[in-house]
Amino acid sequence: MNEIRFSSPKEQGKLDSVASDVLRNVRISKAFIIWIGFLFLALAACLYAYIIQLKEGLGVTGLRDYTSWGMYIANFVFFVATSLVGMLISSVLGLIGYNWVKPISRIAEIIAIAFAAVAGLVIISDMGRPDRFPFLFRFGRIQSPILWDVTVVTTYLVLSLLLWYFPLIPDLAISKNRLHGRPSFLIKVYELLSLRWEHHESQYRILKQAMRILLILIIPTAFAIHTVTSWLFAVTPRTGWDSTIFGPYFLSGAFVSGTAAVIIAMYFFRVNYKLEKYLTPFHFEKMGRVLILVSIVYIYFNLNEFLVPGYKLKTGDAIHLRELFTGHYAMLFWGVQLVGLVIPVILLLIKQMRRPMPMMIISVFVLAASWLKRYIIVVPGQGHPNLPIQNVPVEWVVYKPTLIETAVTIASILLVLIIITILSKLFPVIPIWEIAEDDHDKEKLSGNE
Amino acid sequence: MAKEKQEKSNEKPDLDKVVEESRRDFIRRLSIAGAVSVTGAAALYSGHSFEKAKHSKGMVRVLTEDNRLVEIPADQIKDLKPDIKALKARGKEGLQGKRWVMVIDLSRCRNARKCVEACQSAHHLRPYEYHINTLVMKESVNTPEYFMPKPCQHCDNPPCVSVCPVDATYKRQDGIVLIDNERCIGCRFCMAACPYSARMFHWQEPSQAENDKEKVYDVELNVPQKKGTISKCLFSADRIREGLLPYCVSACPNGVFYFGDENEDAVTNGTTKETVMLSELLQKNAGYRLQVELGTNPRVYYLPPKNRLFEFERGPEKEYREETI
Repeated sequence: MNEIRFSSPKEQGKLDSVASDVLRNVRISKAFIIWIGFLFLALAACLYAYIIQLKEGLGVTGLRDYTSWGMYIANFVFFVATSLVGMLISSVLGLIGYNWVKPISRIAEIIAIAFAAVAGLVIISDMGRPDRFPFLFRFGRIQSPILWDVTVVTTYLVLSLLLWYFPLIPDLAISKNRLHGRPSFLIKVYELLSLRWEHHESQYRILKQAMRILLILIIPTAFAIHTVTSWLFAVTPRTGWDSTIFGPYFLSGAFVSGTAAVIIAMYFFRVNYKLEKYLTPFHFEKMGRVLILVSIVYIYFNLNEFLVPGYKLKTGDAIHLRELFTGHYAMLFWGVQLVGLVIPVILLLIKQMRRPMPMMIISVFVLAASWLKRYIIVVPGQGHPNLPIQNVPVEWVVYKPTLIETAVTIASILLVLIIITILSKLFPVIPIWEIAEDDHDKEKLSGNE
Repeated sequence: MAKEKQEKSNEKPDLDKVVEESRRDFIRRLSIAGAVSVTGAAALYSGHSFEKAKHSKGMVRVLTEDNRLVEIPADQIKDLKPDIKALKARGKEGLQGKRWVMVIDLSRCRNARKCVEACQSAHHLRPYEYHINTLVMKESVNTPEYFMPKPCQHCDNPPCVSVCPVDATYKRQDGIVLIDNERCIGCRFCMAACPYSARMFHWQEPSQAENDKEKVYDVELNVPQKKGTISKCLFSADRIREGLLPYCVSACPNGVFYFGDENEDAVTNGTTKETVMLSELLQKNAGYRLQVELGTNPRVYYLPPKNRLFEFERGPEKEYREETI
C-alpha cells in the first residue's frame, strides 16, 4: 500500500483519513438492499404500465392528434436539462479554478450520467414504434434535429461517464486494499477498473491532462444537447415554440434544475453518509450563490420570452399568453414562476437560508417547479393550433395525462434513482485523492484560509 | 383530368386498342386482370410501355424489362401480387412531369362532408380520424362564418418533411407529400411541425387492421394503416395514377373541388367534370392559400367564400365519441 504520490507520513495520514471516511459508506448494507429492492419493485410495477402501452399503443396516454407531445417529452426535456449540471460544476466552475467544487464534482457527474442515460430511454417511451428505433441509425436524415439530439446526448453521456471514471481510477486503486469485509465481487470490480494504477507522478500528469481535455470538450457538448433539445420546438412554426431565444432560455433553465438537484443530493450524502466534513455549510453557501446566479439569469430569459410577445400580442401569442397568464394553465404557470423561481431567489438572498437544511427544502421546490416548467413549455402551445380543433371527441381538445403515462414517467425517475444509488453507494462519492491532494496544495500555499 | 371520361369507355377492353392505351391505363388493367408475367412486377413501375395480345394457341406476348417482346404460354402465367418494393419505388417517384394542385371553392361548400366520408372509407379511417376535415371558420367578429374543407396542403416547402428523422415522409417530384408507414417511427415531430394540423396519428389499432392484415402495403393509399404511425392526406396518389380524380374531389356533390396539373394549367371540377384554366380560375376569383406568411408554399388554393351559392347553415352539432382504447 505504497501510494508514491502521497509519500510523506502527513500526506499518507490525510489520505487514510479521507479514504476511511468515504469508504465507510461503500458497503452493501441492509438499508441499501431494502432501498434498492424497493426501487426495483416500484420500477417493475411501473414497467407493467409500459407493457400495456406497448400492447395497446400510445392511445393509453392522454396524447391525441392536437397535443401529440405531452408528459413524456416534458420529462425528456427536464432530464436533459438536469444532466447539464455536470458540465456546470466540473467544467465551468472547475476550470475557472474554484477548488471548492472538488468534493461536489463527482456528485454532479453522477447526476449528469443518470439523467442523460435515462433521457435516451424516455424518448423511446414516447415513440409510436419503439421497435423501429434502429431506423434512426439506418435511415437517419441529417436535416432532422432529432438526429442531432441523439448524437449529442450520446456524446454527452460518454463524456460524462469518462469524466466520472477518470478521476475515479486512482480512488479505486486507493480503495481496493481498504475494502475489508466487502463482497469479493466488489473488490474484483475495483481491481479490474483501477487498471493497475500505481500512483506514479507521471500517471497523475497524464490523468490530469486527459481530464482537462474532457472538461473542455464537454462544454460545447453540453451547450449542444440542450440547445438542440430546444430546437425540437423552436424549428416548428408553432405559437409558443416559435422563438429565437429558445436555446439560451432552455440552457439557463437547465442550470437551475441541475443545481437544485445537486444541492438535494449533497444534503442527502452529507446526512446519510455522514460526510459533514467534506460537504460543509461552506459548500452549501457557495452552491446557494450559484443557484441565485443561475436563477436570476433564467428569470431574465423568462422576461424576454413572455414580455416581448406579451407587448405585441400577435393573434396567436395573445391566445397562448392568455391561456398561461389567466387561463387554463394560470395556476401552474404562476406557481412555477413564483414558487419555483422568484421566491427561492429572494429567500436565498438571506444568508440563513443558505444553510444546508433550508437550502435543501428550497431546492426541492425549485426542482419540482423545473419539471412543471417543462410541461408548461411543451403542452399549452399545442392546444391552440392555427386552424381550429373541430369534429373530434372531447378528449382530444384538452390534454390530460393518464395514469399509465404517469406510471411510465415515474419509472424513468426510479431508474435515475437506481443509477444514482448504485454509483454513489458502490463507489466513493467524494474524490479521495483530489481532496487529499487539495489539502496538500493548500498547505504548500502557506495557509491561505 | 380529361382522362376521367376516357376511363369510362374502357370498361369493356377492346383488344385492338390495347396497344394505344397509355401506360397508366395499362397498369390499372394489369392490377385487375392480374396478368403479370415473371417480369411483370418490375414492369409495373419501371415505366416501360407494354403490349400483349392473346393468340389462339394460348400464347401471350409480354414485354420484358429489357424491352424485348416475347411470347409465353398463357397457362404458364403466374399471378403475382404487386410487390411491396415496386409499390414503394413508384410511390417515391411520382408521376413524371406533373405538378398536382387542388383548388377549393369556399363559396360552394355547404358542409355536406361527403369528401370526408369518401376519404375515410378509402383510407380505412374512423369517423373522427381525418385526412380531410371540414372546418367552420370565422376570421373576425364582423365577418361571416364559412365552411372550409382542409386536406393536407402538400407544401412545396413542407416543415413536416424537413423534421422527419428517418425519411418516412417525403416530397415527390409531382408535388405530393407522402408518408411511408413502414418507415415511420412514430416520433410525431411532423405533427408538431405542421401549421395546418393536417396529420393524424394511429393512437390505437386502426379500425380495419384485422381485415387489412393480408393486404400488401400501398404507400400511395397508405393502406393497411398501422398502429403507432402517422397518416395523412395523400392527394389520392393511387387514384391519380389511374387517371382518376381524388376520392374527396369526386365525392363532393356541390362542386367545391378542382384538381389538376399545374404544368398543364388545367384543373377539373370533381362534380361537374368541367375542366378550366387554373391561372384564370385563381385570377378571376382572387384565389389564395393558407398561412402563406409561413413560407410553406402550399399546393392547395382556396377561392374566397363570396357570393355564396348556399346559405351558411351550421346544422346540428355532431358529437364524436372515441372508440374505447
